[in-house]
Amino acid sequence: MNASPASVVSARKLGLTFQTSDGPVHALSDVDLEVEKGDFVSFIGPSGCGKTTFLRVIADLEKNTAGEITVNGMTPEEARKSRCYGYVFQAPALYPWRTIEKNIALPLEIMGYAGTEQQERIRRTLDLVSLAGFGKKYPWQLSGGMQQRASIARALAFDADLLLMDEPFGALDEIVRDHLNAQLLKLWAATQKTICFVTHSIPEAVYLSTRIVVMSPRPGRVTDVIESTLPRERPLEIRETPEFLQIAHRVREGLRAGHSYEE
Amino acid sequence: MIPAPLSSRILPVLAIVTVIIAVWYAAAIWMNAPFQRDLDRRGDVVSTTTEFIGKTLSQPKPVVPAPHQVAVNVFENTFLRKVTSNRSLVYHSWVTLSSTLAGFAFGTLLGIMIAVGIVHVKALDRSLMPWIIASQTVPILAIAPMVVVVLAAVNVTGLIPKALISTYLSFFPVAVGMVKGLRSPDLIHLDLMRTYNASTWQTFWKLRVPASMPFLFTSMKVAVAASLVGAIVGELPTGAAAGIGSKLLAGSYYSQTIDMWAALIAGSVLAAALVTIVGIGARMVDRRMGVKPA
Repeated sequence: MNASPASVVSARKLGLTFQTSDGPVHALSDVDLEVEKGDFVSFIGPSGCGKTTFLRVIADLEKNTAGEITVNGMTPEEARKSRCYGYVFQAPALYPWRTIEKNIALPLEIMGYAGTEQQERIRRTLDLVSLAGFGKKYPWQLSGGMQQRASIARALAFDADLLLMDEPFGALDEIVRDHLNAQLLKLWAATQKTICFVTHSIPEAVYLSTRIVVMSPRPGRVTDVIESTLPRERPLEIRETPEFLQIAHRVREGLRAGHSYEE
Repeated sequence: MIPAPLSSRILPVLAIVTVIIAVWYAAAIWMNAPFQRDLDRRGDVVSTTTEFIGKTLSQPKPVVPAPHQVAVNVFENTFLRKVTSNRSLVYHSWVTLSSTLAGFAFGTLLGIMIAVGIVHVKALDRSLMPWIIASQTVPILAIAPMVVVVLAAVNVTGLIPKALISTYLSFFPVAVGMVKGLRSPDLIHLDLMRTYNASTWQTFWKLRVPASMPFLFTSMKVAVAASLVGAIVGELPTGAAAGIGSKLLAGSYYSQTIDMWAALIAGSVLAAALVTIVGIGARMVDRRMGVKPA
């Protein structure tokens, strides 16, 4: 494999076929992708195009049935065992019997960090997501947006250079979403992590990423990979510039080419 | 949410209790009437309706004791007798309670161990569950005498056979409840543990156990009531000398129906107290685990 040393994720002809009672489902077929260090890569496509499945293959939550994939130069299983990534699910997935602090401490406890180190990391990540002061609250006392922020803080608490995010803002309203998008970009600039971000929303994908991977369903495959020409520093107003709209247009064309808009 | 004011919580209960007592009185009069009529006829006595009703409600060995007769008996045998006396309800309740608690403790432990085994070992999952369910289909009234007699043959009497029967009845709800509870975490939570490469042990202590607490306490409420039944049933076969079951047995031998009903009331009070205590324990654990107050 001729992956460059800066490749965090390298997929070659990746395929995943589920055997169901209705026959085989080709969730992914022939996916070639390189994710470089420091990239913010968005995966966009309609339901069933395999974007979440691809993220789960990277995370070793699913196993590919064809092709090869390396994460940080290792197999996904080895990468998972060395705790190379943080995963943010669609739902906050916080434990209801733990306070926010204790929820963020969960991976730190499992990975064996010392008590003082845990406290320091919890404080730092709560500050990063602007939840300082909410540490002692329980998840049910927080709004949906705050819970999702806590979930992101949890993924940032330990030292993993890769962040895998599966439609983290999907269940939130537009205004909270805008706010969290801006916050995520600031976070990305501050922590220099590599982020793989799955989304349904075209503006979100174009706003956040350095690279946009357009996928289409039946079978799940990559239709287009768009390098974003937008600068790294992006205020929310950039979403109304012609450059932005051009990229969004290209994304839409990619989706149309993949028959995503047809019944 | 503000809890409903005391009056609106007590009033419905009071209303139902009043209805029950009214029905009880009616039943007592109706069931004791034939014997009273017989008595009157043999004694050549003619009573007015009021006198007749009064007599049915104050027979020494009635078919259905009136509520006030039972109340007087309970009061006498609880408060006006020495606790060590053979006729004290407190003494008998304590004997039954001790084997109930011992059986409940062992039953809960056994149930939890079985549940942990079933959830973590595939072979146990397939083989153990059917046997556990089958074990509960054998009527306890058939097993209890066997257990008592077999253990008496090896000179084990007193608390242990009764505690064994209680264990037998109480481990099942705990085992079934805990299997459900340990398997209750969502797939998303389990996936999260996988992304951290958590060991089975870590997943067990940090995810499965806390998630199963509500199931555990619900099962324990059922188990403690079943345990009490087991203790009482364990006292019946050998004409035991002490305990609520023995009081029931003695009452039936000597036609002391009022004593029998008093023992039943004592047993009910015991059961209610035990379930309430488990409920309080459940609420304490809930508060520590930050459960949203209902």
